[in-house]
Amino acid sequence: MSVGEHDPYTGQRMTGHEWNGIKELNTPVPKAVWFFLSVTALFAFVYWVLMPAWPLGVTYTKGLLGIDQREIVRESVAEAARQRSWAQRIAQDDYATIQADAGLMQKVRESGRALFGDNCAVCHGTAGKGGPGYPNLTAGAWLWGGTPEAIAETIRVGINSGHPEGRIAQMLAFGRDQMLDRAAVLNVVTYVQSLSDPTLASGPEKEAIVAGKEVYDANCASCHGPEGKGSTDVGAPDLTDGFWIYGGDRQSIFNTVYGGRQGHMPAWETRLSELDRKILTLYVLDLGGGK
Amino acid sequence: MISELTRGERRLALAVLTAVATFGLALAIAGRGDILAVHGGLIMASAVILMFFVIAGFYAPEPGEERLAQYYDTPTKAGVVLAMIWGVIGMGVGDWVAWLLVYPDMTFDAAWASFGRLRPVHTSGVIFGFGGNALIATSFHVLQRTSRARLPDQFSPWFVLVGYNLFCLIAASGYLLGITQSKEYAEPEWYADLWLVVVWVVYFSIYLRTLMRRQEPHIYVANWYYMAFILVVAILHIVNNLAVPISFGSAKSYSAFSGVQDAMTQWWYGHNAVAFFLTAGFLGMMYYYLPKRAGRPVFSYRMSILGFWGITFMYMWAGSHHLHYTALPQWVQTLGMTFSIMLIVPSWMAAANALLTLNGAWHKVRDDATLRFMMLAAVFYGLSTFEGSFMSIRAVNSLSHYTDWTVGHVHAGALGWVALITFGSIYAVVPWVWKRPAMYSNKLVEVHFWLSLAGTLVYVFAMWNSGIIQGLMWRTYNEGGTLAYSFIDSLVAMRPYYIARAIGGLLFVIGAVVGLYNVWMTIREASAERADAPDAPVVPALARSLQAGE
Ligand code: HEC
Ligand code: HEC
Ligand code: HEM
Repeated sequence: MSVGEHDPYTGQRMTGHEWNGIKELNTPVPKAVWFFLSVTALFAFVYWVLMPAWPLGVTYTKGLLGIDQREIVRESVAEAARQRSWAQRIAQDDYATIQADAGLMQKVRESGRALFGDNCAVCHGTAGKGGPGYPNLTAGAWLWGGTPEAIAETIRVGINSGHPEGRIAQMLAFGRDQMLDRAAVLNVVTYVQSLSDPTLASGPEKEAIVAGKEVYDANCASCHGPEGKGSTDVGAPDLTDGFWIYGGDRQSIFNTVYGGRQGHMPAWETRLSELDRKILTLYVLDLGGGK
Repeated sequence: MISELTRGERRLALAVLTAVATFGLALAIAGRGDILAVHGGLIMASAVILMFFVIAGFYAPEPGEERLAQYYDTPTKAGVVLAMIWGVIGMGVGDWVAWLLVYPDMTFDAAWASFGRLRPVHTSGVIFGFGGNALIATSFHVLQRTSRARLPDQFSPWFVLVGYNLFCLIAASGYLLGITQSKEYAEPEWYADLWLVVVWVVYFSIYLRTLMRRQEPHIYVANWYYMAFILVVAILHIVNNLAVPISFGSAKSYSAFSGVQDAMTQWWYGHNAVAFFLTAGFLGMMYYYLPKRAGRPVFSYRMSILGFWGITFMYMWAGSHHLHYTALPQWVQTLGMTFSIMLIVPSWMAAANALLTLNGAWHKVRDDATLRFMMLAAVFYGLSTFEGSFMSIRAVNSLSHYTDWTVGHVHAGALGWVALITFGSIYAVVPWVWKRPAMYSNKLVEVHFWLSLAGTLVYVFAMWNSGIIQGLMWRTYNEGGTLAYSFIDSLVAMRPYYIARAIGGLLFVIGAVVGLYNVWMTIREASAERADAPDAPVVPALARSLQAGE
């Protein structure tokens, strides 16, 4: 480990240091290192001159190019708005005109898909087909009506959302709150089942259905209508159509009547622009429920 | 272990443990009715259990003067085992959360099993539990060898190791309970942070006290890196964790910073945690174990010095590349970006210095999986730093930021570099300190090597793909000037890559389990035949020089 020692493999001189057997070659720093250090430093220097870079007390060097990231954002937002010239017409025209215009409806489908995916799909599904607790928006079985105006209003104020003008949907907890005894609940459940499954009426459940109808007429018809067709005034669903929010099997219907239901649909008034809500209204109708 | 402490040190240990137990009790009382009480109890219980050990061994015969003729390696041994155990836990939880992203319902409706709580258990488990213990263990080993001086005493290394693991335990259990200050990689709350400061000061003092007594004229570059790691992590930790608890009886605190200052402080911390925890410390490891195992001199002394100062100087500026295109003023982003680009040069100097050191030993790389671990680590180090510099260019970052590309980059660094250099070093150091000719099974080292390589490649390629697809989907506009894809569309597109990633991760975890088994069996062999190997530096009092020896 004398100073003049050379490494037999590389022929390189050693530094003469040794730590527990580790020695070091005195290899000079390769030229490539200096080269890349200079290149990257030069790049940095040029970049500092051109762009905002160094602080100077309360201000900073603005750079020769005068580039400002906030300015760039403002410009690209404006540019995107110019690209959306069609949006102007959606905002102005009435629903029927837009629906009749194939070109505009194409834009609605394109832009509505991402809007729906980002805001609505978590609950209603990417295809709008709903799921347990969340209504199918493609079936035409509307709780609050299927006109564009009704749907736009639902989206604006939501359901049970806490919005001051929000729609309120209250399916009471008839069993839990002891408005009906257990037998009455079971009977009315059977009756509700029979509305979408007429074969039940001739089966062994005949008597329960008769008893259930009495309960229904007294307690349910006010909201769900005398024939169970629902009411878009109070958002009470049609019980005859085979489309269920919470499930049409006996246990699910029992749970609904026993414990009540208050679905929550957020209000979008403060979260989405009027234009976006209009696009969504058209998009939702276009999913299949608009016929 | 207690028998290795002098009587005075045993007394000191009891005093310190009493203080810790009292601290825990105080927390438990002040924090009754708060979740803090759980941690107070945990701290107290840990201290009391340790007190029993000390008391049980209190009257054992004292170690003789002859201990001073040998390096003190028991803390290193314990640290290595702890690192492997934390590694298996941390990586196992990592793979768990990887599967959770594939099957998001897999939480049993339990709060502790939610992604938000398990993820920091993974990150802290691998970074602090696995990485930190490996750094502490190897730093004690390297420090003594390259200074030819024994650790200054027996107590302080144990204080550091045990105290540090108590911190890790508080951290991990806290996440599961829902305790976090929501700063990435700095989640533990104020009381854990304060405790870590105490531990860290003692750690640094061990370094200084040993170096002061060194019998080598120069300080080896590995020690420069280890010291930079300890010192800078202390600074980062203290500044980023400045906070005011809402009361001494509450686990919750509020940061001293807010808004964009908070973000910048956090990422100054976060990036330099990468630099000084995940890079500098492990470069220290590499600079010792790689040349030692290869039996080759370090390629260039000058490059190691220039690389060291380049890395320490330039990293400090780079943190703002985590905040491109945010509320952070653009000039700060410019500085972060340009320094990150220059940073590639010293980073590659370190990687090249390691790889060129292997010239003349490539046949060993071929035959020896341990050395191959370290070689591959240097390659991945070069790769991930190149990628990092590339990603810090603003235009590139506008695509990569918030995507899985970042996750891919992290794991090229974390698996490819940090974990591989650690496994290589552990496979080197275990036979040395346990005085065995080799690991229990070289075949298993080989198996571990290929599992790690396969796992890392699958992981990284999956995340590159997923990240770039994600980034492109998020920025694709259709002709009408609106976004073409919803976020959910990108989630659907990522799913196959998430499955691939979870499988790659699983390979890596299996490798770690194989490693733990191999280490364990080596230790068992060692205790079966306690060979007195000739690692006996002479008593410093008698002879001037501690002799070399592993
Ligand atoms: C948090 C879940 C949730 C989200 C998000 C959500 N909805 Fe709803 N939505 C519901 C529920 C629940 C109902 C049914 C309420 C009820 O049963 O009384 C509903 C009802 C509706 C209705 C009324 C259906 C009818 O038959 O009259 C429309 C229209 C609708 N949602 C559209 C949307 C649109 C458009 C979005 C996205 C902007 C959206 N929803 C987002 C939960 C959600
Ligand atoms: C105050 C008005 C009101 C009364 C009275 C009422 N309902 Fe309802 N019912 C609703 C509303 C509103 C909903 C939709 C709740 C929701 O989705 O948030 C509903 C939902 C239901 C559903 C679930 C439909 C589905 O698609 O899953 C069933 C079944 C039902 N009601 C049965 C009954 C029966 C049986 C009675 C009488 C015992 C009754 N309701 C009385 C308002 C009423
Ligand atoms: C020259 C060296 C490096 C540079 C310039 C660099 C740069 C970057 C950049 C630009 C990001 C993405 C920030 C974002 O968009 O959010 C990042 C993330 C990250 N890098 Fe590196 N990197 C380097 C080396 C490493 C190494 C060696 C590791 C070792 C593990 C590492 C670990 C990480 C981690 C953990 C993150 C994720 C931070 C987060 O949680 O968001 N980096 N790095």
